[in-house]
Amino acid sequence: MKKVMLYALSTCGWCKKTRAFLDDNDVEYDYVYVDLLKGYEREQAIETVRKWNPKGSFPTVIVDEQHVIVGYKPEQLEEALGI
Amino acid sequence: MSSPQAKALYERLKREAEAAGYYLNPDVDFVLDLMEGLLTNEERYGYWACPCRLADGEREKDLDIICPCDYRDPDLGEYGACYCALYVSEEIARGEKQAEPVPERRGGAPLAEKEDHEEELVGFTRSGLPVWRCKVCGYLCARPKPPLKCPICKADRDRFERFA
Repeated sequence: MKKVMLYALSTCGWCKKTRAFLDDNDVEYDYVYVDLLKGYEREQAIETVRKWNPKGSFPTVIVDEQHVIVGYKPEQLEEALGI
Repeated sequence: MSSPQAKALYERLKREAEAAGYYLNPDVDFVLDLMEGLLTNEERYGYWACPCRLADGEREKDLDIICPCDYRDPDLGEYGACYCALYVSEEIARGEKQAEPVPERRGGAPLAEKEDHEEELVGFTRSGLPVWRCKVCGYLCARPKPPLKCPICKADRDRFERFA
């Protein structure tokens, strides 16, 4: 089972599409809406996103702490998830 | 289901976009979600922070991402859509092409210097931007490139000439 983490914004259309894609493909994943976090949690989340994606943009999907997919990219997600 | 407020905002932005030579994404459900995002951010921050970017919450730090953001026109010109794909090119609006995700432009080189208008420095304005003139109606604007459509008479970008 791959470990999938989605960093998203609750207000963003591409983030919503990314969630729908993961749901439709029965992918198990954790997600966090960074815009809803406050204080330390928010800082930590931003730092993690920037580590993988220096622009700090959303959605950012991290697969198995190895692959990063920036933006809504179904083909890249399929490849990284093996689906 | 989208709220009546989101629907009203959609109608307003669509009307305003069309009056100024812009187009909203033809995927209405997608746009209504973005309207909810804008309304959420208005409530949260007091201004229309881009729904697809993480706002700071301090207006001065978010000025460039208040919708329509500073990056809309360069992204429309290069990718046919703004970062959120709220605003799209005429081609995408007509359904002849699909909107694709746009790479984040924010945080790159300053907009005025990035564009390729270094050929001559004569006649540049103090802002460093060239002035473009719509040959159809005479509309003038100072920006890196002319708009895709003249906001006044809706003439296409290629009807603009360099004025200063």
